[in-house]
Amino acid sequence: MKILVNSEPREVTGPSLATALMELGYTSPAIATALNGQFVARDARAAQPLAPGDRVEVLAPMQGG
Amino acid sequence: MEIYGETLNSRLFLGTAQYPSPAILRQAISASGTELVTVSMRREGANGSGAGFWDLLRETGVRVLPNTAGCHSVREAVTTAHMAREVFGTNWIKLEVIGHADTLQPDVFGTVEAARILSADGFKVFPYTTEDLGVGERLQAAGCQVLMPWGAPIGSGRGLANPEGLRAMRAHFPDLPLVVDAGIGRPSDAAAAMELGMDAVLLNTAVAKAGDPVTMARAMAQAVEAGYLGHRADPMERRDMAVPSTPVLGLAELI
Repeated sequence: MKILVNSEPREVTGPSLATALMELGYTSPAIATALNGQFVARDARAAQPLAPGDRVEVLAPMQGG
Repeated sequence: MEIYGETLNSRLFLGTAQYPSPAILRQAISASGTELVTVSMRREGANGSGAGFWDLLRETGVRVLPNTAGCHSVREAVTTAHMAREVFGTNWIKLEVIGHADTLQPDVFGTVEAARILSADGFKVFPYTTEDLGVGERLQAAGCQVLMPWGAPIGSGRGLANPEGLRAMRAHFPDLPLVVDAGIGRPSDAAAAMELGMDAVLLNTAVAKAGDPVTMARAMAQAVEAGYLGHRADPMERRDMAVPSTPVLGLAELI
C-alpha cells in the first residue's frame, strides 16, 4: 500500500506500523511515531494497522533552543 | 533553584542548536556549567543522525528539556510533547505554541490550552510566554509551576525589550520560578535579567552564534551568577545628582 512517511510517498506491505517501520529501515530505538497527527507509542506500534494514504511521522532527537 | 521539585545548581539553561560542530556544543555545555539543555524532535533522516545527537547529550550527563518549537497549533504541540516524552524519557516539556511566523511570539491562547492538556497528562510544563500577568495567571491555573517570559523575539539578541514588564511579573509572582527565555544577546542582557530577580535565563543563539561559543558560554555563566548575586545583594537606589563617596568631613582648605 502507498503511505506518506515524513511527507514522502512510500510503498509498504504493512500490515502494522511496527512492520512498516522495520521495512523502511527505521530501526533506531531513538524514534517516536505519529499516525495522521496522533501520537502512537512504541508499545502500540505492533497493534496499529495501516491503511492506504496514512500519514506517518517518524521523529528523532535533534538540536533545539 | 528548584523547579517541579528538582534542584538545579546552575541558573543558566542552554539551547543546543546552531553550534559550529558537535564538539563545540559539548565544550560549550561544559563551559557554561549548565544542568539543563533544550532539545527538539525533528524528522528522522535515513542515516539515523538523531540517535548520534542523543548519545552525545547523554554523555554530558545534563538533564534535557525537550521543546515543541515550530508548533503553531495546540494539537501539534501536544503530539510533539508526547513523542518527546517517549524518546527523551522525561515529562519536562518546554511548551511553545507559536502565534506568528515573523515575530515567533507565543500564541498565548493556544499555550494556555496546551498547558492544561499536558499538565493533566502528567507533563511538567515550561511555557514560553510573554510578560503578560493575566496570561501568567492562566498558565499557573493550567498547572504550570514555572513561567518563561520572553526577553525579546527568539534569535533577535536584542536583550530585554520590556524590563519593567519583567519586574512587574517578578512582583506579581514572587514565589513562582521565572525564566527569561529568548532574546538574550550579550552577557550584560543575562545579568540584567537576573538583576530583575529572574530565577534563571534560557539562551541559545547568543552562545551558538558567538565567534567563540565556548568562551561566550563561560561569559554567560559568570553574567548569570553576577546578576543573581547582585539582585540578592539588594542594589542601591539610583540618584539624579552626584553624591560624593569620599568623606567631606575633614576636607582641607587649600584655596
